[in-house]
Amino acid sequence: MSTRIAKQGRLIDRSRPVTFTFNGKPMKGYAGDTLASALLANDQMLVGRSFKYHRPRGIVASGAEEPNALVGLGLGARFEPNQRVTTTELFDGLCASSQNHWPSLEFDVGAVNAALARFFPAGFYYKTFIHPRAFWKHVYEPVIRQSAGLGQPPKEADADRYEHFYAFADVVVIGGGVAGLMAAKTAAATGARVLVMEQTAHWGGRAPVDGGEIDGQPAEDWIAATVAALKALPNVTLRTRCMGAGVFYHGYLLGYERLSDHRPGAEGPRHRLWRVRARQIVTATGAIERPLSFAGNDVPGVMLASAMRDYAVNYGVIPGQKVVVVTNNDDAYRTAIALKRAGAEVLRILDARATGGGTLMEEARSLGLRVDCGRAVAKVAGGKRVSKLAICAQEGSGAALEEIACDSVAMSGGWSPVVHLWSHCGGKLIWDEAQAMFRPDPAAAPVGADGAGFVLAAGAANGYMGLGAGLADAAAAGKSAAQAAGFKAKKSALPAVLEPEEAPMVPVWMMPAAASPELRAKAWLDFQNDVKVADVQLAAREGYESVEHTKRYTTLGMATDQGKLSNINGLAVLSDALGQPIPQVGTTTFRPPYTPISFGAMAGDARGELFQPLRRTPMHGWHEAHGVDWEPVGQWRRPFAYLRDGETPHDAVMREVSNTRQAVGILDASTLGKIIVKGPDAGRFLDLIYTNMMSSLKPGKCRYGLMCSENGFLIDDGVVARLDEDSFLCHTTSGGADHIHAHMEEWLQTEWWDMKVYTANVTEQYAQIAVVGPKARAVLEALGGLDVSKQALPFMGWVEGELGGIPVRIYRISFSGELSFEIAVKAGYGRALWDQLIAAGETFGMMPYGTEALHILRAEKGFIMIGDETDGTVIPQDLGLDWAVSKKKDDFIGKRAQQRSHMTDPARWKLVGLETLDGSVLPDGAYAPAEGVNANGQRNTQGRVTSTYYSPTLGRGIAMGLVLNGPDRMGEVIDFPGLNGKTYQAKIVDPVVFDKEGEKQNV
Amino acid sequence: MSDPISPLSGARFDGIAHIEEAGPAGMITLRGDLASKPVKSIAATVTGAKLPAQGQIVFGKTGAVAWMSPDELMLFCAYEAAPAGVELATASFGAAHGLAVDVSDARAKFRISGPAAREVMGKIFPIDFAPGQFEPGRFRRSRMGQIAAAVWMEADGSFGIICFRSVAEYAFALLNESALPGSAVGIY
Repeated sequence: MSTRIAKQGRLIDRSRPVTFTFNGKPMKGYAGDTLASALLANDQMLVGRSFKYHRPRGIVASGAEEPNALVGLGLGARFEPNQRVTTTELFDGLCASSQNHWPSLEFDVGAVNAALARFFPAGFYYKTFIHPRAFWKHVYEPVIRQSAGLGQPPKEADADRYEHFYAFADVVVIGGGVAGLMAAKTAAATGARVLVMEQTAHWGGRAPVDGGEIDGQPAEDWIAATVAALKALPNVTLRTRCMGAGVFYHGYLLGYERLSDHRPGAEGPRHRLWRVRARQIVTATGAIERPLSFAGNDVPGVMLASAMRDYAVNYGVIPGQKVVVVTNNDDAYRTAIALKRAGAEVLRILDARATGGGTLMEEARSLGLRVDCGRAVAKVAGGKRVSKLAICAQEGSGAALEEIACDSVAMSGGWSPVVHLWSHCGGKLIWDEAQAMFRPDPAAAPVGADGAGFVLAAGAANGYMGLGAGLADAAAAGKSAAQAAGFKAKKSALPAVLEPEEAPMVPVWMMPAAASPELRAKAWLDFQNDVKVADVQLAAREGYESVEHTKRYTTLGMATDQGKLSNINGLAVLSDALGQPIPQVGTTTFRPPYTPISFGAMAGDARGELFQPLRRTPMHGWHEAHGVDWEPVGQWRRPFAYLRDGETPHDAVMREVSNTRQAVGILDASTLGKIIVKGPDAGRFLDLIYTNMMSSLKPGKCRYGLMCSENGFLIDDGVVARLDEDSFLCHTTSGGADHIHAHMEEWLQTEWWDMKVYTANVTEQYAQIAVVGPKARAVLEALGGLDVSKQALPFMGWVEGELGGIPVRIYRISFSGELSFEIAVKAGYGRALWDQLIAAGETFGMMPYGTEALHILRAEKGFIMIGDETDGTVIPQDLGLDWAVSKKKDDFIGKRAQQRSHMTDPARWKLVGLETLDGSVLPDGAYAPAEGVNANGQRNTQGRVTSTYYSPTLGRGIAMGLVLNGPDRMGEVIDFPGLNGKTYQAKIVDPVVFDKEGEKQNV
Repeated sequence: MSDPISPLSGARFDGIAHIEEAGPAGMITLRGDLASKPVKSIAATVTGAKLPAQGQIVFGKTGAVAWMSPDELMLFCAYEAAPAGVELATASFGAAHGLAVDVSDARAKFRISGPAAREVMGKIFPIDFAPGQFEPGRFRRSRMGQIAAAVWMEADGSFGIICFRSVAEYAFALLNESALPGSAVGIY
């Protein structure tokens, strides 16, 4: 059984017991435990079920590489699925539940899949569910989705906060093992700003467990001294629980800091995403041990040798009493020795190498452990935990020589450098034949903007597996990184290291070497996704030659662990099956993040009210207090209508339109774009920007203008006011304010840089209030201070002065056909003026109106709206706006384009009014079909609806649309089929359906 | 005439840093040839400060001048002084090509102070706020969360921020969120 021993455990605090639950069962652990070590201390070997066959799964590793032990953690608003028990720090009250089983972990119906495993080969889903086609979407997929998937999605909104932090460093060291600390030390000695990230809560990585002496002291003491020295330096920042998640272009790096996962509910953010700009990055990310591919290597109780050692030394937990160690290298002997010292019975060490290992093997033998060389595991037996093991010769097909009863197996297939972060941004790998591993190719580092490398790998992550070699490499990497960041390197002595000499490893990709088909079908490569040696071999036989294709076909390495344990073994099996050397087969792509990071961390503060900025006008608060029904307009909120007691939005809109036509309305028009254009060449510039003539406008006057793109299409419209001889104020649409300003600056800066023109976007400097309707003048006169008579302020004129004691500029312009004043006031006085106008308007029956009433008022007058009548393919001539396109000007933006044959084609659809015969409202965007079909077999069309409303003024639906030869077809009736089955019959009419002569606005 | 209303009426928040809306404030966009006499004299008259180098703000007796672009400055002054500043600028330019616009009402201004101010700023601006990297007189046009903003450091080590008026509430909420108790990064 798996149990806690009375001694050892360098990371746990036995004076602080902790209770937690697993599947509702209370368990005990200690502060400093991981959930994994605590589960093992409670003899909880079975922790989950595999994805495809629902096989029983136990903990196999001790760190970020763990493929099996994923649990749902927490409850309610703090529930999170797929959490690795090996990287979850234990805390009091932790609540974990296992995944992917039904009805229970111990008895799982889905395990029947395992019994049928020979019917579920690689590509099973592709092969089985391809016919009949329609079945996939409606039958197969829903059923498969029900039974597949590991964790459950959380059901409540996340209770925690998250944030980002922008950090900058000359050298960022990823990994706080001895190599990372060494690199940080030499880099910091140059004076460079150094940031060190360690994903766990502890410094030093594996060295305290693996042993060896540095500078005459145990590794652990050297680590403590080095960390203390680094902490004392002002130019060094050290962060634990902070994983280097991804390396991107130009030294951009993401760090994932877990601040309160080990103390949920603590004040402050739960996770912090570090967005780092690094001049140089050192990846001291260590190495991951590889499993061995023998039959039954997935039975709970089979673990990585290094993990078993970690549990014994770090947590005082031995996962088995009767252990067999199987290896192809010397490192696993450390596990045998550690377990023996911890009190476990090490039954046998099976060394696949014919001649065994070096000094560590001798040490094991001297402790009385039996070592069998050239031996292998034929098969491990056991259901929910290991019961026995069959021994065979490594060079054979797996005929059992001997069987021994045991309760756990420690396996080691050698080590793979963690090259993920090196590779994220394009670092290349080389195959190291002697150590049978891919390692970073120093000649092909990820390169920055200057073409020089910006990532250096160090220590085990760089393929230097020994303590001394790793430290030397890391010291050099830290120095080189600081130099590349522009600092002068200091000479420093390398620490003296004492470590045992190791014999070379021998690659073992399949155990035994010629394993029978039956054994290969039980030898797991990917524990989480249930991919076996036999599956990869089948894929190769079926013609999958590329490792990327094989990965997708078999799902090897596609689980949430991203193949940290399975990739190298899998591609070695593939290379063998294809008869190609491993480097030729290559690896799959390493993509960030290194391990999954929370959505919360990615979103940071962008949730709730900070999800997106909301733009508010100075009158926003008034609208809110007066029944507003908001409409999002870009990031602005504009009143769609103001609801009064019991009104629907439609009722309100009808009332607002009628009241404006009959009495007076008031509109918040502050969102309109306002751009100042000034300079001796301002008139000439605007003549080029607008399609019509602006230079001839007199100061004190306004003119409506159109803007087109170089391609001739309408992009914006609005009223231009000439302020003085060389200044204009250009109004744009609400949505156009920023991009029209940018459009003007672009032309000034890149094409017409010789023009003396400056622009300034003053959109937000002014609140703008439109007072509209027959009684509009009376309202302004009631406020007083400014002559707004027809003589003093004629239509399309503007005046400045004080209204109710507040400085204003009033434009006599109309988008409604009514007598209308648009009042610009400094934003800081906007609300004050609005309040005064509301008060003054009361006796005249003034009511505020929203954007929908504005739309109806303009549509009754046949005024176009950018975005309704235009869609990026419409030119002014389509809209009957030829009068606003100058024929006198030599040039303007869009002129050349509008002369092209397609633009002058008489068959272009043109703007008309549409009047339904029964007075109903045409559906927005409806098309009018024409005879015949086009080349794609679709019905031909002859027009479409661009704006459509119910007009309370006329008591029927009104609409505008673009219709083929429209203006020549007045009175003709065309059909518009609606989505509701009804076909609307509409007569083609003049777009202006109200006060065509303009008498109402001209009073 | 009543007093102008700043977007947040001087809202404040105390967390790991002090956040306060610091308006109304006078601001004038001044565009022209930065090497020309009128520009120098306008800036000096309005603010009492000399012209800043790129990426800098210079403080004077009655205001400050910030470098916005190769042909644009931002003059800071008292809110009431801005209209006169614009008039003076327009007169000073005379026939020379230049533009002065009062933008006091178009923007919201904030002041961030306190020991963790650098870290609060570092959560929302992609800027290096480390001591020695960002010191009094530095001025950057950048991004604050999802909005455009400019940031500088005052002589007393506090930060100034300006952003558009319409997003003042977002800016304030973002600053508050970044300054919530328990969220110090512990790096500066």
